[in-house]
Amino acid sequence: MKRIAIAAAVTLFTAGCDRGILDPVGPVAAAEKQILINSTAIMLAIIIPTMIATVAFAWWFRRGNSKATYRPDWEYSGAIEMVVWAIPALTIMLLGGIAWIGSHDLEPSKPLASKVAPLKVDVVSLDWKWLFIYPDQGIATVNQLVVPAGTPVSFRLTSATVWNVFWVPQMGTMIYTMPRMATRLNLQADRQGSFNGLSGHFSGDGFPGMQFKVQSLPPDQFAMWAQGASGSGLKLDGAGYAELSKPSSYVKPMTYGAVAPALFDAIVANRAPPNPVPPPQHNQPVPGSKA
Amino acid sequence: MTLFGRLTWGAVPFNEPIPLITSLVVILALAGVAAWITKIRGWPYLWNEYITSTDHKRIGIMYIVLALVMLVRGFADAIMMRAQQSLAIGASQGYLPPEHYNQIFSAHGTIMIFFVAMPFVIGFMNFVVPLQLGVRDVAFPTLNNVSFWLTASGALLVNLSLVLGEFARTGWLGFPPLSEKAFSPGVGVDYYLVALQISGIGTVLTGVNFVTTILKTRAPGMSYLRMPVFCWTSLASNLLIIAAFPVLTVTLALLMLDRYLGFHFFTNDGGGNSMLYMNLIWVWGHPEVYILVLPAFGIYSEVVSTFSGKPLFGYRSMVFATLAICIISFMVWLHHFFTMGSGADVNAIFGIASMIIGVPTGVKIYNWLFTMYGGRVRFTVPMHYAIGFMLTFVIGGLTGILLAIPPVDFIVHNSLFLVAHFHQVIIGGVVFAVMAGYTYWFPKAFGFTLDERLGKAVFWCWFIGFHLAFMPLYVLGFWGATRRMQHISDPTWAPWLNVAFVGSAIIGIGIVLTVVQLLYSIRTRDQRRDVTGDPWDGRTLEWLTLSPPPHYNFAVLPDVHGEEAYWTRKQTAIKEDRLIDEPHYQPIEMPLNTPVGVICAFFASVCGFAVIWYIWWLAILGLIGAFAALVWYAWRDEHEHIIPIEEVRANARERRRIRMEHLHELSQSV
Repeated sequence: MKRIAIAAAVTLFTAGCDRGILDPVGPVAAAEKQILINSTAIMLAIIIPTMIATVAFAWWFRRGNSKATYRPDWEYSGAIEMVVWAIPALTIMLLGGIAWIGSHDLEPSKPLASKVAPLKVDVVSLDWKWLFIYPDQGIATVNQLVVPAGTPVSFRLTSATVWNVFWVPQMGTMIYTMPRMATRLNLQADRQGSFNGLSGHFSGDGFPGMQFKVQSLPPDQFAMWAQGASGSGLKLDGAGYAELSKPSSYVKPMTYGAVAPALFDAIVANRAPPNPVPPPQHNQPVPGSKA
Repeated sequence: MTLFGRLTWGAVPFNEPIPLITSLVVILALAGVAAWITKIRGWPYLWNEYITSTDHKRIGIMYIVLALVMLVRGFADAIMMRAQQSLAIGASQGYLPPEHYNQIFSAHGTIMIFFVAMPFVIGFMNFVVPLQLGVRDVAFPTLNNVSFWLTASGALLVNLSLVLGEFARTGWLGFPPLSEKAFSPGVGVDYYLVALQISGIGTVLTGVNFVTTILKTRAPGMSYLRMPVFCWTSLASNLLIIAAFPVLTVTLALLMLDRYLGFHFFTNDGGGNSMLYMNLIWVWGHPEVYILVLPAFGIYSEVVSTFSGKPLFGYRSMVFATLAICIISFMVWLHHFFTMGSGADVNAIFGIASMIIGVPTGVKIYNWLFTMYGGRVRFTVPMHYAIGFMLTFVIGGLTGILLAIPPVDFIVHNSLFLVAHFHQVIIGGVVFAVMAGYTYWFPKAFGFTLDERLGKAVFWCWFIGFHLAFMPLYVLGFWGATRRMQHISDPTWAPWLNVAFVGSAIIGIGIVLTVVQLLYSIRTRDQRRDVTGDPWDGRTLEWLTLSPPPHYNFAVLPDVHGEEAYWTRKQTAIKEDRLIDEPHYQPIEMPLNTPVGVICAFFASVCGFAVIWYIWWLAILGLIGAFAALVWYAWRDEHEHIIPIEEVRANARERRRIRMEHLHELSQSV
């Protein structure tokens, strides 16, 4: 019985090790997983002995144990103090170095080193779905991000409503989408396949349905897909965007064959049609005139 | 504009069975308790001994009762969330629609932090700090009463949202723009804001009170470096309160200006910037973690030292570590949003600053470890919690440092990994501590100990329940599960979510057993009387006086020599087989009871309620009422009452007789 339980636990655990952030599909996610594992190992080397010592000290020095020496007044040892300050300090120095180097290597806005020119994608979080605009291809998709495998993807991200987090666990770094601001992110999927994406920041009632799929295709297939998409009849113009912005959740993937120019910038500037339009500002100085 | 603002019959959830039935049950339970108190004619006692009391011990007990009651509410929210996430998988939507589920997780966080953890630690500071310092009360006893009632007023408003209207659906920190009028037009966010503003005032007053108490009122000879570590951690915690809570007040006030008067601090339009709120709220929010956990560290220090029969190892190191944490905790808030894109330098600097807190914290763990070394460890209930804490907290520390490494945070931020981490440090750190403190100081408060066997059962429920409830969340976090999901799309998550549900149910059994333990211990209190005032062979001054202590704590303020004031005294007395010479007794002046706290809080609640519902005439009335109560109090003629010398002397002599007997027993057992 016990053996079955252990076997079941082991299976469950190992089955759990090849998913999500533990199964990276690109260089960013792989590097981050490596840092996660290295740092955990470094800390466990300190923590496991500490845990064993906790139980061992408590048990050996239990009141009933006549073999243990009672030292009722022992309350200070310079040598031990030195060691107990040194152990965490040295660990943190090591981990601090990892953090410093890792933060710089994996800074989200830093373009990925690659011979292939990056694909540009503009991401907009809406209530409650994801809009992906491909400015160079002139197409857009909803809740479906198609990328060419092995090609860096350079994202600009914003939100047309409240905050969200753009997160594809298997591709690595997540980042906030914030209204009136654009963040930057660079990711890459080397493996072909379909990966889950979601919002990692609560954004209201439709939040759990704010999921999307990432399709990583071979580059030639991606080109074909993009071409096919531009033949799609749906247009993301003012009216189309106003329709899309209406709150909805668990939205099926859609493709737009044409996108109004500079839509992303308009959304960042809050000039896109459906949003709460700023009230007319009568007292604003005319540009160029003296206020 | 109607007479009752936005308040209509529509505010009562007639068509939502869950809140409706819950409200009815709560109202019936309250009515039942009130009827029972009336039946046993308990109101005058409650009014005189608790509600209007300025005695720090009574106020401490009221804080802890508030915390325990709200723990039940917060736990009910928790188990409902776990049930929803176990049920709402794949095709099923579970039993809670999003608009209800979102209120529940927001209420759970708000209640557990502001109305469970805070009252718990403030309750212990109230009860313990003046006793440990060897003084008769806090610096401002009436203010202390006001603080408590303002906290209770906030708790009342949060619970009222169950019956009238709704609670916030924005999470426990109310991030804009979601919490702005454009996206949350209902009263939920207003309940949240107003309740926290009122209780926040109470908390700041507590901070002022305790910093003054610890800095200015200590027994003769109690220099800073002779204070028990719990007093040090309380000092650090209250310094943080004074520095951090005003930031919270201002942040919430700015959001209120946005919502009520159409300002644009955090809105999407008109030049508002929601990033500002994120920064401000965490400038308060991160120190808040240490406001809770530092007193918890203090409790563990007292418990480990007492039950190891040794002084705390490396006392000065502990004090230094406490103050280091106190200061550094203000420089790390940005680690809550590394994924905002602040740039590599900013992220790295805040990440490293966050890790540096791990150094003094690690030192504390080792110092507790070496306090046990060479000791005679008694495995009492508080010691169970202390050892359970050390084992649990180091793992929570590990995951915390992982979160502080920006590139790791990039893949686990906001996920269930984070949820597991902060529950590990808050349950493993703060909850275990308050449960240890509850068992440890209960006999001092009520004169009898709690049942040991049931206490251990409660511990194992918390310990096992916690691990079952939260270890699966680490795994799900790795799988890419984020927090606050009303519905789970991936059916393969179900086994882990079910394990988590079982874990939270076990914690539930622990909470039920806590109530059983209390009732059983009250019934059998005659067999478990603490006649000596020193049931655990304690080392600090609270064990010098009676259990429960008289209102004035000490007939004469004790003279302190050395670090462990009571232990030194006890050992000298055992060696010399006599107590110190009988001191010269004097009549004692003590502050009078006052209803000003409860009256003020009543009007504050009225005002808050009126603001939430836009009933402006009532809000003005409430404000005037609260102000008038303070003015009335300021004009009082009598400030104090005198305890006559005969009473002081008689009590003190009786106490000396008991202590002498107890010391004889001790010296024979050595």
